[in-house]
Amino acid sequence: MSNVAQALTPAPAKGGNGLLTVSGKLDVERIRAEFPILKLKVGGKPLVYLDNAASSQMPQPVIDRLVRYRTTQHSNIHRAVHYLSETATHEYEEARRKLQQFINAREEREVIFTSGTTDAINLVMHGYGRKFVGAGDEIILTTLEHHSNIVPWQMLCEEKGAKIRVVPINDAGELLIDEYESLFSERTKFVGVMHVSNALGTINPIKEMIKFARDREIPVLIDGAQAAPHMKLDVQDLDCDFYAFSGHKICGPTGIGILYGKAALLEKMQPFKGGGDMILSVTFEKTTYNTIPHKFEAGTPPIAAAIALGAAVEYLSAIGMEKIAAYELDLLNYATEQVNRIPGVRIIGTAEKKAAVLSFMVEGVHPHDVGTLLNQDGVAIRTGHHCAQPVMQRFKIPATSRASFAFYNTMAEVDALIAGVRSVQKVFS
Amino acid sequence: MADTKALYQEVILDHNRKPRNYGTLEHASHKAEGHNPLCGDHIKVALNLDGDHIDGIAFQGESCAICKASASMMTATVKGKSRRDAETLIREFRDMAIGKLDLTSQPHHLGRLTVFAGVRDLPTRVKCAILPWHTLHAALNSIASTSTEAEDDPMHAPIGNA
Repeated sequence: MSNVAQALTPAPAKGGNGLLTVSGKLDVERIRAEFPILKLKVGGKPLVYLDNAASSQMPQPVIDRLVRYRTTQHSNIHRAVHYLSETATHEYEEARRKLQQFINAREEREVIFTSGTTDAINLVMHGYGRKFVGAGDEIILTTLEHHSNIVPWQMLCEEKGAKIRVVPINDAGELLIDEYESLFSERTKFVGVMHVSNALGTINPIKEMIKFARDREIPVLIDGAQAAPHMKLDVQDLDCDFYAFSGHKICGPTGIGILYGKAALLEKMQPFKGGGDMILSVTFEKTTYNTIPHKFEAGTPPIAAAIALGAAVEYLSAIGMEKIAAYELDLLNYATEQVNRIPGVRIIGTAEKKAAVLSFMVEGVHPHDVGTLLNQDGVAIRTGHHCAQPVMQRFKIPATSRASFAFYNTMAEVDALIAGVRSVQKVFS
Repeated sequence: MADTKALYQEVILDHNRKPRNYGTLEHASHKAEGHNPLCGDHIKVALNLDGDHIDGIAFQGESCAICKASASMMTATVKGKSRRDAETLIREFRDMAIGKLDLTSQPHHLGRLTVFAGVRDLPTRVKCAILPWHTLHAALNSIASTSTEAEDDPMHAPIGNA
């Protein structure tokens, strides 16, 4: 555990001189000091990194964990009887336990390591969809979905002759729940919903949506890629059947993520990939598959990445996801207020409940020009369709500029964004 | 970096505000649509070939300032030129934008179009500048629609060599 994480472990007797101030809020400057990349200068200007929804940065304790694994613990897992293999296996399974705790899953075996959210959704499509969805069946998705929660289901529908039904949104970017409920019929076989919209920031009312589907015994997959960085997760409380997210959006490495699935469902599913580690015995006549989670982890996994992801969730939990959420909401509210003060700038996505994602349009300026000019000031935002083209089509725009915040961003960085946007307007005036 | 701001502040913004040859062309003999699916830029180029000469040309579309200015300056430059000269400019512009053409040591015919040389330092914007030229190439070769991605990708496709 890192020094910071140790300092954060509740220890009121010692006075708690870690990252928390007296008022119980984050000490952002101390947190920033743990992220080496935040010291970077871009074109002579301090980096203002506001593209966290695309990928977050990694704190030193997570980097250190990667190095420690690589320098003292690496070997293949679940294989040999020697020291290194046993150490690597132990650390890999420890990481699984940390992820289980992070999302409050009932059992460790309900956590499957995948290469990321996309891989996790594809696993469910192949493992569950191809087995249980047939001709004429329907899958419910929403307008807000990222392409990664659309395309796999389209592929399945094409193969099986099934159909996708889409939950519409209102002008604020909120799902129309009445419409969602009216889409259910005896043909409905699966529901896929994102927890937080990557393009607009909308936090969807997934708990009630899950309940509605579960009452009809329809399994629900939640794409949690944008929720995991911003809020405390409890899959048992949500009662979802599947929950997926990526490591690199929560201060971990790329190439790793998880799929949570209820054990009973995972056991009913067919494997996604065949290969080593996912079997108990193989002959040319018959293969007996391994138990979960190994049934879904064919081949040598990204062991170092999984272990580092374990360190990342430990780091975040030590700070406290509730505190992170509260601080990020302050950032979002401040940024929203400041952007609303600039004439000619319009926020896209004005849902009542939002995570720290701010999409906007500068009148008369294409988002790509906004992004290129902000880069001149060291401000990194994302511009484009954010892999959510149906959302762009809904708002009849080709793209947006998107600033997305993490707990290591500051109010001063919001000010830098605002100053940057004003200077873009000046250039184009 | 300084080049980028200069790039924006001088010629490009002028052409973005007052694009030349913007609109439709009646009785076009050749036309094509170009699309950059990565950023949503979408433009239409229509032209009239009188014998071997580009008699008239117009463009329309939704795009960023770099793309629009590139299209505006392109239409102004190729109007009245021969098809062969236009193809040469297409090739030279592409090579300049991707950094393959050294403006100081290699001969070229780009003239004021060299203002776009700075995009070579903005890898994600190179295709914004190239899209109009790529679309003009498609129009000249009677290809109805083209894209900056997949098999039409101007970074790989033999643009200007047809």
